[in-house]
Amino acid sequence: MKVNLKVWRQKNNNAAGKLVEYGLDNISPDMSFLEMIDVLNGELTRKGDEPVAFDHDCREGICGMCSMYINGRAHGPQTGATTCQLHMRSFNDGETIIVEPWRARAFPVIKDLMVDRTAFDRIMQSGGYVSVNTGSAPDANEIAISRTIADEAMDAAQCIGCGACVAACKNASAMLFVAAKVSHMAVLPQGQAERSIRAERMVAQMDAEGFGACSFTGACSVECPKSISLDHIARMNREYLGAKLTSENV
Amino acid sequence: MAPNQLSTMELQSKVPAGPLPEKWSRHKFALKLVNPANKRKYDVIVVGTGLAGASAAASLAELGYNLKAFCFQDSPRRAHSIAAQGGINAAKNYQNDGDSVFRLFYDTIKGGDYRAREGNVHRLAEVSVSIIDQCVAQGVPFAREYGGLLANRSFGGAQVSRTFYARGQTGQQLLLGAYSALSRQVANGKVKLYPRTEMLDLVMEGGKARGIITRNLVTGKIESHSGHAVLLCTGGYGNVFYLSTNAMGSNVTAAWRAHKHGALMANPCFTQIHPTCIPVKGDYQSKLTLMSESLRNDGRVWVPKSKEDAQKIQKGQMKATDLKEEDRDYFLERRYPSFGNLVPRDVASRNAKYVCDEGRGVSKTGLAVYLDFADAIKRDGQKTIEAKYGNLFEMYEKIVDDNPYETPMMIYPAVHYTMGGLWVDYNLMTTIPGLYALGEANFSDHGANRLGASALMQGLADGYFVIPYTVGDYLATIGPADKVSVDSPAFKQAEKRVSDQVQRLLSINGTKPVDEFHRALGLIMWDYCGMSRTAEGLKKAKVMIQALKKEFWTNVRVTGDNEEMNQALENAGRVADFIELGELMVDDALNREESCGGHFREEHQTEDGEALRNDDDYAYVAAWEYTGENQPEVLHTEELVFENVKLTQRSYK
Amino acid sequence: MSWVTQTLSSSLGRKVIMSLTGLFLSSFLVIHMAGNLQLFKSDEGRAFNEYTYFMTHNPVIMTISYLLYTSILVHALMALILTRHNKSSRPVDYAFKRPEANSAWSSRNMGILGTVLLIFIVLHMRTFWYEMHFGSVPMAEYDGKQYKDLYKVVLVAFSQWWYVLIYVISMAALGYHLVHGFQSGFQTIGLRHKKYTPLIEALGTYVFAILIPALFAAMPIYIFLKANNFIG
Repeated sequence: MKVNLKVWRQKNNNAAGKLVEYGLDNISPDMSFLEMIDVLNGELTRKGDEPVAFDHDCREGICGMCSMYINGRAHGPQTGATTCQLHMRSFNDGETIIVEPWRARAFPVIKDLMVDRTAFDRIMQSGGYVSVNTGSAPDANEIAISRTIADEAMDAAQCIGCGACVAACKNASAMLFVAAKVSHMAVLPQGQAERSIRAERMVAQMDAEGFGACSFTGACSVECPKSISLDHIARMNREYLGAKLTSENV
Repeated sequence: MAPNQLSTMELQSKVPAGPLPEKWSRHKFALKLVNPANKRKYDVIVVGTGLAGASAAASLAELGYNLKAFCFQDSPRRAHSIAAQGGINAAKNYQNDGDSVFRLFYDTIKGGDYRAREGNVHRLAEVSVSIIDQCVAQGVPFAREYGGLLANRSFGGAQVSRTFYARGQTGQQLLLGAYSALSRQVANGKVKLYPRTEMLDLVMEGGKARGIITRNLVTGKIESHSGHAVLLCTGGYGNVFYLSTNAMGSNVTAAWRAHKHGALMANPCFTQIHPTCIPVKGDYQSKLTLMSESLRNDGRVWVPKSKEDAQKIQKGQMKATDLKEEDRDYFLERRYPSFGNLVPRDVASRNAKYVCDEGRGVSKTGLAVYLDFADAIKRDGQKTIEAKYGNLFEMYEKIVDDNPYETPMMIYPAVHYTMGGLWVDYNLMTTIPGLYALGEANFSDHGANRLGASALMQGLADGYFVIPYTVGDYLATIGPADKVSVDSPAFKQAEKRVSDQVQRLLSINGTKPVDEFHRALGLIMWDYCGMSRTAEGLKKAKVMIQALKKEFWTNVRVTGDNEEMNQALENAGRVADFIELGELMVDDALNREESCGGHFREEHQTEDGEALRNDDDYAYVAAWEYTGENQPEVLHTEELVFENVKLTQRSYK
Repeated sequence: MSWVTQTLSSSLGRKVIMSLTGLFLSSFLVIHMAGNLQLFKSDEGRAFNEYTYFMTHNPVIMTISYLLYTSILVHALMALILTRHNKSSRPVDYAFKRPEANSAWSSRNMGILGTVLLIFIVLHMRTFWYEMHFGSVPMAEYDGKQYKDLYKVVLVAFSQWWYVLIYVISMAALGYHLVHGFQSGFQTIGLRHKKYTPLIEALGTYVFAILIPALFAAMPIYIFLKANNFIG
């Protein structure tokens, strides 16, 4: 099949960028979207042009590295999938495909389709952990955790940190990402000791990074490759308010 | 010419004497300790932030050392440990089904076809129990029973249920646990993180590892980092085959450059080929996706009996479901009546290759076999099968666009894990003082073949429970003053070496993109140093690799500059190292005149085509020493001593 | 008290203010609605005028009404602050977006809907509230007691078709605003539960987004038809 690509090209964070058109023939419908970009990059390199820079690593939908805003949607038209899991059979022969980087103040563009998502790491550093030193843990079966709670925690914990929630949100809000971690730790007994301080610090860091507020449009959850539920955002709100009203941190 | 002269240099494994179960305790007591007040005077460098790297960096920082952690990804959380699906073994014996530390030790040694060190493997089994405790305390949401206690499953044909899991995302959850511990230490100011930074050289002085040279992948800046010790936690080298289940960025560069400074590379030819991957579709393919091994519990593997039927299927003139029962060959069940479809990974893989080589493979490429669930669905109902494998079937359908409930799945083996790696002693130190290798980057625990759910266990064992003890011994020995400044000539020379190589790659200005060399290398490795190897093929491969290397350095095209994000440049450096490693793997495979685990030499098989080990001549670790550009590497051997297990030949008939 | 300002200036705190003021305003709609049903009585406006007298003279109601005015202002002001912040969170926008694929139109356009409603409220208050308090409203006498005849003002206002049209459009905006806003208010303060959220959603949709705006819109239409003698 043939595709007509419009790809965002930007040399670096300071340079101006623009959409550049490329035509590709002989694309197999079985190719993944990233393999299609590989083909484009091969052609560009042979011509002596610079290949398109884009983040990717595991190519099986779990590392969260691949991004790309494709035809107006985070990770493209398929739901519950990352860009590496998107295949060209999802597009029509001859279709024009617009590819842009994630757009958010907190995710500055590094080059072309590649953005800096270290804001997520800083949010995690602000409280996304249980303070337990290596070697000090009790026997794993000493704490019984009901299956429902374990499942609820896992639903949240499976976030891959890709940033599609931010990219899809009209406010570039990171609520779903932060909520997934706050919620994961809040439901588990292991997370109780730092429950309040975690919610307070992670929200404060989220704000400091320049993400927007939540408008509850639900776009984040729809575009999330792991379909993480909005329930977790509600839980974070509850955790945060509860913490602010009752914690000892004035 | 294959270098096969045995050097006289003796490799000191440093496995302590004494009864097997007491070795580690005794050793821990014998190790020197660093005074708590002195720990902050030591700087430790950790390269790679997967399970081994993140757990090591966090644990050492908790002790009080100053850490620098490096990864090429944009965040430590993306290291490829994240992709492990199945689970993690631990000898908890929660199921009361006869598991024990000794049984896990025994299974691991046996599964590794008796090519691993007893002492290391026993320690691994011992600390496995603490890993689960640690991870649960961190909040890792392992699967649970209704009563709230941890659930286990049997994995990879094990006789006991000792595998802990978090849905099909165990690696992800364990890595996020280690990453959270690491994040906490970053917040504490004890770890400085360097994401999007790649190690390009090791700095040596006075015979010790003194630090590393890195390239900032965003700005291209070449930087020096000095430390008292350097830990390589950089994973395996499966991407030497180009197509593998590894992440695109997984590479051997850090380990290989350390190798060039004198760290021996052990058993590089030991690679694991996983039987249940989604087959290659076309030459554009960049990556292979693993389907969980558990599928073989219910799926039946078959190909058409006749070549003619297979050809019709390949051409699309016939469908799998059209083929009558008597025209199908359930080759694993036929050849291994007692284990059937559940034979170990290497056996299943090799047999799939044989039937495809005979021309009986399916799919357009002829490189696939069926994994059929029709009988299981008939027996248990679609609901049951869906509950067990629903997410895997969905994943398959997403990639292949084919419904496995209706037509049989197609699978083919793919490179998955490398048992070989940098040679390390019992302390995980390489042959370079101060340089350590952890996790898949070292060779130590899996012998010639790794058991399912054991990679995660080893990565975390090394990082949480081994290195915090052993690195202290070295640091206490050298003292805090024994450190080299980044302004010293050793660092300046190393920086220049790195810059020179970068400039050289950029200035070749040939015609072929880097990927094409990588693909070519991968094909050579897969054809001649893959599931089945012959002396003739390996010799041919060596010549081909040498020619490829020559062409690479005269005809590769790397666009752009150093001073920017330049993925082609990153890849070029990695592929250059893979080419050299490929040659060493071929040498190693040629040297090992036996078949064991993942290494199958066609010359060494039993009458009915099974692997034939040679314990008299090859019960050793083959550790290779780099001697210079285009010089043959020198082989050193470490004899493996088995005091607690009896060496037996595997049989699955 | 730094924790109070800190909380209220966080993105979550601001949303909580939006939620609490919004839910309060929603509850007021129910009261306002119930009271204004008097307009449908065919008693020349007596019940309506007695109701307005009560509303403007009861001290409890008067206190609440000032809380209400403040809520409107705070809700609008906070919306402005949040919108500015949200816009600045994405300084460079996408060249091509397909938001309809992942979210409802109303949820993405609360600002526009809110602006329409604010303009409406200003107009509404100018016509009735201002006249009632500061204008010259004719008087009516029931049982020897003097009442301001706001009903007359209503009749005059709603006898003009364009004025009725503004009301009907505004009530449509109210419906869209509430179909998202009502349940969003609960989400923001964390009130979400498998058992109760469906109730909240149903209440928000059928009562607050459909029934109440429809009844409000019915009033000017009814008066218009009556004033122009289309109905008796």
